[in-house]
Amino acid sequence: MSKETNGPSRRQFLTSAAALGAGTVAATAARAAGPDPLITEVQGWASGLGDGVDATPYGLPIEYEADVVRRNVEWLTADTISSINFTPIHALDGTITPQGCAFERHHSGAIELRKEDYRLMINGLVDTPLVFSYADLERFPREQHVYFCECAANTGMEWAGSQLNGAQFTHGMIHNMEYTGVSLRTLLTEAGLDAAGDLKDKWVYVEGADASSNGRSIPMEKALDDCLVAFKANGEALRMEHGYPVRLVVPGWEGNMWVKWLRRIEVMDGPVESREETSKYTDTLEDGTSRKWTWVMDAKSVVTSPSPQSPIKHGHGPVVITGLAWSGHGKITRVDVSKDGGMTWETARLAKDGENKALTRFYLDTEWNGEDWLLQSRAMDETGYVQPTKEQLREVRGLNSIYHNNCIQTWHVKPNGEAENVEVS
Amino acid sequence: MSKSLNLFGGVSAGVIAMLLAGYNFADRNIAKVPADLQKLGALSPNALAALEAEKAPAKAEVADATTGDAARGGLVAAAYADEGGAGKNFGLGRVAMPEEIAAWDVDVRPDGTGLPDGSGNAFDGEEIFEENCASCHGSFAEGVDNWPKLAGGDGSLADEDPLKTVGSYWPYLSTVFDYVNRSMPFGNAQSLSADEVYAITAYILYSNDIIDDEFELSKETFLDVEMPNAGGFIVDDRAETEYTIWRTEPCMENCKDAQPEITMRATVLDVTPEEEGMEEDHAAAEAAPAQEAAAVEVAAAAEEAPAEEAPAEVAVAALDPAMVKAGEKVFKKCKACHQVGEGAKNRSGPHLNGVVGRAIGSIDGFKYSGTMADMGGEWTEEKLAEFLADPRGSVKGTRMAFAGLKKSDDIAAVTAYLKSFDP
Repeated sequence: MSKETNGPSRRQFLTSAAALGAGTVAATAARAAGPDPLITEVQGWASGLGDGVDATPYGLPIEYEADVVRRNVEWLTADTISSINFTPIHALDGTITPQGCAFERHHSGAIELRKEDYRLMINGLVDTPLVFSYADLERFPREQHVYFCECAANTGMEWAGSQLNGAQFTHGMIHNMEYTGVSLRTLLTEAGLDAAGDLKDKWVYVEGADASSNGRSIPMEKALDDCLVAFKANGEALRMEHGYPVRLVVPGWEGNMWVKWLRRIEVMDGPVESREETSKYTDTLEDGTSRKWTWVMDAKSVVTSPSPQSPIKHGHGPVVITGLAWSGHGKITRVDVSKDGGMTWETARLAKDGENKALTRFYLDTEWNGEDWLLQSRAMDETGYVQPTKEQLREVRGLNSIYHNNCIQTWHVKPNGEAENVEVS
Repeated sequence: MSKSLNLFGGVSAGVIAMLLAGYNFADRNIAKVPADLQKLGALSPNALAALEAEKAPAKAEVADATTGDAARGGLVAAAYADEGGAGKNFGLGRVAMPEEIAAWDVDVRPDGTGLPDGSGNAFDGEEIFEENCASCHGSFAEGVDNWPKLAGGDGSLADEDPLKTVGSYWPYLSTVFDYVNRSMPFGNAQSLSADEVYAITAYILYSNDIIDDEFELSKETFLDVEMPNAGGFIVDDRAETEYTIWRTEPCMENCKDAQPEITMRATVLDVTPEEEGMEEDHAAAEAAPAQEAAAVEVAAAAEEAPAEEAPAEVAVAALDPAMVKAGEKVFKKCKACHQVGEGAKNRSGPHLNGVVGRAIGSIDGFKYSGTMADMGGEWTEEKLAEFLADPRGSVKGTRMAFAGLKKSDDIAAVTAYLKSFDP
C-alpha cells in the first residue's frame, strides 16, 4: 500500500487491508526497519527546480488531493441540472469551506451572469421601488460574517435507515464561508418601509434570476435581523455555482432560502407560498399532515474522521477524532463524543469557541487499539438544545420527513480501521 | 459616506436624526443573536423596538426634505444629483419603472393576486401539456423516470412511501400556476402564454380528478377550485413538540438500558457512489483477483475514466476548437434532455453521440414521436439546422419541447460541438 495514496475508496481500503492480512494496519514508513531512502537519498525535488510563479495564475489543489472534490449521488435526482452535490467534509479540517469544493444545489443549473448585467429590484410595499446595479451595492456599508449554509435535505436520505456510506454523502450538503455584503436591512431601509405600515406581519419575497426563479418568503423580522446580500465569499467573488455575482445569506436557516443570483426583493403582506415553500421544504409527519415554515436548522454534528471515507490508516495508539458541529439557533457550546454507541460520553475539545450560526470544529485526542467503536457525536447549542438521536426524531416525526434530519450519526469503526455507516439500538 | 452628512449638517433636527441613524447603523454592525428565533411571526420586544428605531430617522429625513427650506432643499437636490439615485439614506439606486416591475413581479399569491388575464381548460391543455411537459412528466402527468409525478397519490401521505403530487399534496393552486408560469418548461422557462399556463394548470388539475375537462380556469374561477390537501399543513411546531423536550442536560454515563447493538448497515444497501480516480484500486484488484466482484467493476470504471476525452480529441482535430467550445455553452439548453459523450444514455431525449450523419429516429429503445420515427433519411447538417431553428415547425408533432435556437451562430456552434462526439 502506497502511503501516498490519499483517501482510498472503501473498496480499495478493503483490498489493501486484505492484502496485508486482516487486523494488521500498515506500518508507516517512519517505523521501517532500515534507513528511509526519502531521507538518506537526495530526492528530485531537493535538487531540481519547481514551477515558476507564472505557472498557475489561479491555483488548484495539488494533484495528490484530486480526490477531495464534490461528489454527486446520481440516483437521487432525475438529472444533474436540477440536482445537488456534496462537500468532501471527510477530508477537510478547520471550519471554512473552500468555495471550489463547497456543495452546489441548482434548480435550473448554474448560470453565467456578468456583474454588468446584474440588476437587483426592490418593490412591493416600499416607499420607492428601486433598482440597484452591482456597482450600487458596493457603495453601501459592508459587513462580514461567517455562516454555515446547510440544505434542509442534508442527511435526508437517512430517515428510514443507514443508507450512504460516507460523511460526505450523509452530511455534505453544508458549507461554511466568510461573506462580505450589505445587510438586507440596509437595502430595505434605502427603499423605505413606511409604506409597509406595521412591520410585524410583513414578509419579503426573494427571487433568483435563473430559469427556476427560485423564490422564498421570509418574515420581515428575519429580513431585518441578520440577512445579508452577499457578493464575496472567503475573500473572493462568489463562484458561479454559488450565485455569482450576488446571493442572499439567511443565517441559520435552510439553504434553499439563500437565493442565488438574487434579482428581486418584494415587500409583501403575506407569503407567496411558492413551490419551494409548499410542495418542497415542508415536512410530512407520520399522520400525513405536514409542517411548513420549518426554516431554522437545529443543532447538529458529525464525526468527519474517522468515517467511511476516512478510515484509520495508521497503527494502534494515538488517534484524532474530529468533526463539525453547528446550530441555526446560535453558538455551539459543547460537543460530546461516544465510542460505544451512546452508552457513555466524553466531552470533546472545541478548536475555538462556538461562533454564531457558523461551523465549529471539535477534536477528541484519544487512543485506539483496534477495538470496535460505535462512534457518535452530540452537539449542544447556546439555547441548551441537545442534538437528538434518530429514535427521538422518529418518535416525533415518523419516517417521511425528508428534511431537517439532525440526528446523531453512528460510524462503526472496525478492528481493521475501516468505518461504516450504521444504526444502533 | 451618506448624503445625510450634507443634508443634516448644522441643522438641529437633522443632527438628532443623524445621531439616530448613527446609533442605528452601529446596531446593524453588531451581529445580534435574536432571543428566540424559532418563534414564528411573533416578534420579540427587542426586535420590534429595533424596527421602530429603524423607521424613525427615515421619517425625520422625509419631513426634513419637505420643510421647504430652500437651502436644504438645494442640498437634497445636489445630493441626489451627486449620487444619481433615489434611495432614502444613501441615495443609491434608481427608481424602478412600472414596465420593469411588471416584467419581473409576476408571482401569484394564494388569493389569486398577480394572476394575468386569460383562461384555459384541460381539453386544450392536454395537447399543450403533451408538447411542453409530457417528455418529463408523462402524458398523464404520471412522471417519467425520476422526474416529478404531478398526478396520483391521493390519500397516500400517511403511507410508508407517500406520493406527493399536485393533487395529493400541494395546498394552493396559485403555486401551480406561479411555478409553471415562471419556471417551466424545464430548459425553456417563461416561454408560455398566459392562456397556455391556464390550460396546463387545468390539465394538471384534471389529471388529478379535481376539475372536469370543460372547466374554464381564469382569474375569475381560480378560487372555485378546492385543493384536496389545503388543510394538510401546520406551522412549524418544533418549539413546542421538540425543543421543550430536547433542551435538557444530556446523559454522560450508562445512558442506555443495554449495550448498543448494530441494527442496520449502509453496506447492505450498497447505494453509495464509488469514487473516481482509483487507478491504484485497479492495480490492487489485479494483484488480488480473489477480491469481491464489485472491486473489478469499479476497476473497469476507473479504466474508462481516462479514456473519456479521447474520442472527442480525435474528432476535434477537424473542427474549430473555438466553435466546439462555444457549442458546449449553447448545448446547456439541450442538456436537460440530451446526453453526449462517453456513456451517454437516452433521457427525455435520445443521446446525441454521432447524431450528424445518423439515421433519423434510429436510436433503439427511444420512444420517438410518430413523425420523427417515420421521417426517414439522416441528420445532415442542413436538416439539423432547420430542425434546431424551429423544432415544431419543421417536424410537426415532435415531442421535443424546445422553442428552437434563434441565432444561426448558435446552431453552427452546437453542431460543431455535437460533431466532436463519435457515435
